[in-house]
Amino acid sequence: MKKSLVLVLTLIVALTLAACGKSNNEGTASSPSASASESAPASSAAGEALSGTILAAGSTALQPLVEQVATKFMADSKYSGISVTVQGGGSGGGLTQVQAGQVDIGNSDIFAEEKFKDADADKAKELVDHQVAVVAIATVANPKVGVDNLTKQQLVDIFSGKVKNWKEVGGADQKIVIVNRPSSSGTRKTFENLALGGPSQDLPGSIQEDSSGTVKKLVGETPGAIGYLALSYLDDSVKALKYEGADASVENVTTGKYPVWAYEHMYTKGEPTPVVKALIDYILSDEIQKSDVTEMGYIPIGDMKVARDVNGNVTNK
Amino acid sequence: MNTPVKEDRTAGDRLTRYPKHIREDWFGRVYVYLCVALMVVTIFSIVWFIASKGLNPFVSGAIGIPDLLLGHVWKPEGEPPLFGALPFLAGSASVSFIAAAIAAPFGFCAAVFMTQIAPKLGRTVLQPAIELLAGIPSVVYGFVGLSVIVPFLRDNFPGQGFGILAGAIVLSIMILPTVTSIATDALSTLPAGLREGSFALGATRWQTIYRLILPTTLPSLLTGIVLGISRAFGEALAVQMVIGNAPHVPRSLLESAATLTSIITLEMGNTVGGSLHNNVLWSLALILLLMTFLFVFIVRMLERRAKR
Amino acid sequence: MKAKLADRIATGAIIAIAGLIMAILAGLIAYLLFRGLSHVSWHFLTSPPQSFKKGGGIGPQLFNSLYLLVLTMMITIPLGIGAGIYMSEYAKANRVTDFIRLVVEVLSSFPSIVIGLFGLLVFVNLFQMKYSLAAGALALTVFNLPLMVRITEQALRGVPREQKEAGLALGLSKWKTIWSVMLPMAFPAIMTGTILASGRVFGEAAALLFTAGMTTPKLDFTNWNPTDPQSPLNPFRPAETLAVHIWKINSEGRAPDAPEIAAGASAVLIIIVLLFNLGARTLGRAIYRKFTATK
Repeated sequence: MKKSLVLVLTLIVALTLAACGKSNNEGTASSPSASASESAPASSAAGEALSGTILAAGSTALQPLVEQVATKFMADSKYSGISVTVQGGGSGGGLTQVQAGQVDIGNSDIFAEEKFKDADADKAKELVDHQVAVVAIATVANPKVGVDNLTKQQLVDIFSGKVKNWKEVGGADQKIVIVNRPSSSGTRKTFENLALGGPSQDLPGSIQEDSSGTVKKLVGETPGAIGYLALSYLDDSVKALKYEGADASVENVTTGKYPVWAYEHMYTKGEPTPVVKALIDYILSDEIQKSDVTEMGYIPIGDMKVARDVNGNVTNK
Repeated sequence: MNTPVKEDRTAGDRLTRYPKHIREDWFGRVYVYLCVALMVVTIFSIVWFIASKGLNPFVSGAIGIPDLLLGHVWKPEGEPPLFGALPFLAGSASVSFIAAAIAAPFGFCAAVFMTQIAPKLGRTVLQPAIELLAGIPSVVYGFVGLSVIVPFLRDNFPGQGFGILAGAIVLSIMILPTVTSIATDALSTLPAGLREGSFALGATRWQTIYRLILPTTLPSLLTGIVLGISRAFGEALAVQMVIGNAPHVPRSLLESAATLTSIITLEMGNTVGGSLHNNVLWSLALILLLMTFLFVFIVRMLERRAKR
Repeated sequence: MKAKLADRIATGAIIAIAGLIMAILAGLIAYLLFRGLSHVSWHFLTSPPQSFKKGGGIGPQLFNSLYLLVLTMMITIPLGIGAGIYMSEYAKANRVTDFIRLVVEVLSSFPSIVIGLFGLLVFVNLFQMKYSLAAGALALTVFNLPLMVRITEQALRGVPREQKEAGLALGLSKWKTIWSVMLPMAFPAIMTGTILASGRVFGEAAALLFTAGMTTPKLDFTNWNPTDPQSPLNPFRPAETLAVHIWKINSEGRAPDAPEIAAGASAVLIIIVLLFNLGARTLGRAIYRKFTATK
């Protein structure tokens, strides 16, 4: 009895002490990590090997690419002193955090100017845009709808609820089920602006999912479903529809024939520090653009023969 | 919590003229009071932080409270943006009430089974099973709902399977343990004489349950149901996965709908901090918080009645 | 006669419903295990996830879940026991106690997503912890503390009054009596409750989405220096737990075998929760037997 008592007490006391020790650290520990990232540029200025930490956060669509590249980057002996952490949290979160100086890079699917509007418009001006890849968005439908091309007008009619059955656009006699994204989604904004030419409605009975994986699953499983997905998510479970007769192929995107595409942005607050710049340059290097970027279904930024500005004006390069 | 404890120790060295047991008592007192104080501070800071964010849209005059509570159009990116949260309030309320309506009879029957019909079997098999239901993580429930319940509803009923009904079924399983355990407690604390008296008068078991046990334990049963509703109201991920998330007041149980929690999960990461859209999401979180207080209040009222 | 018939029908219905509940549970677990177990292997449990290729595992996520649990419990247990002792031994029957009781009740009914958002606001942003294990552990503490308080309070109330009086009569201070006499007596109940609470922490996801984050940096499992950003022990790194990982693969999974990974991870999660449940029961019983037998 006595022995077990002692044991129990020791355990409890040990836990208590451990907890006290731990919570003691909490107050102070945030400062060393902050200073670590601040000290990064100083150590690199002399031209020695770069070292420091990089924290990137934001778009979940861009996250896998940055993660993959960061892993390669850290494995490279030139950059072994740099530690990169990539977090999700959504484009909005990424932009807020980079603007507030909480992270070094804010990943975003859309231009910062589109998120920081009205009173916040000045905030976007402090951010520097680095476009690292292009992602195309395809209209997808359940394979059994019997349609493989939709015109812009047909799409607008479907997403505004005017057309409710696939047979009205030349397909099977099946009710149309819209799988949309929440109104704050960057993918939805891109699709609305470039494919529909204006905002779409949140129709009663439509399904809204934020994540591409879920959209793909739903469109593949639900009879009569229509949605939109980044090219990198496409597989046999869903059917990619042509837009105005143009396939969502890499070639059509680069030549501007297929208009529904967006840049993937990595924003920094002001000009990037040497450490951050090293990572962005690494992503933009031919080696990465030709291999990882393409393999993951993004389109290398250098392949684009057209360019688009914030207001949506497309120009030939 | 630790720093003051340390102070206490150094202070203790200075105060060696006090007998040991007084110092021990002092230490103990400081320790437990600090723990409790920390809890009180936590709850106040939760309310303070969420409220300061959530009240922002009203204070800044961007939208009025009635616009939010009674508006039925949710168009945060429209011109002008409209923030009507009625669809989410309706969605949350209907999902949790229907879930409770399904779970209540099940929970009561399970409790009757465990206390009146087969106590031994109940204690060794049914009770552990129900406790296990409580331990299953909500993402797993969502996963099962998405891969079993939604396709089932889609194949057997009109609509796409997503909707209030799918959410309510998933939630009813999730809140069953809460409802059951409180019902079981209530039933097992009934004086045995009450039941035996009823049997002695020639009443059957069902008559005893129906005429005697149900009315006397009703306030406690209701407590369990309210706690269940409260849990269902705040559940986020499992519901978000199966409800469809269309921001409209649903016209049928089988139509895609949205709840307060599902809209917060979907949109919080996509909006930039400080924007009106983002702040309104915090207002929705504030509504969730206030609903918690309301539920606790109702539970307290019911408990007071149960004690009488 | 009619009453007898009604009685039989009602009894039958109740038994049927009890059976149905068992069937639902059995079906649920069988479904999860059936779908997931075939994918679970040593490789699956230990290797890191892959974003684009087949054959990813859940090693880091499993480690994160366990480590986060340990961190949370290291904060929760001392605080919860302290507040529990207050509730059972120090609290007088007055307004302040009523108020504190209300606080515990409200705290335990907060939706986990609200606590997650609070964590985002205070721990992640205000305290500059960013998405990290520490922020996650603190959020989970908020979520778990009321449970711990209740467990401790009930366990202490279960200790026979004579034990306490004997301690006091021997001239021990009140605190010494509580700490060295009553707490050890209450230990089996506290232990059981803690393990059950751990199961809950293990499966929590909504509160962690906004606090511990949805990513795991590359971990170097040979580096055990807690201050190094690549060390698995660093509490200030972001960490994706198993439950969050299931949520993430279900929604954004790009690997070709994402559905299998989700199923496998769910099976692992459910097995661990089962183990917690069984463990709590057997351990509680074993300790109880030991304590009562040696007395």
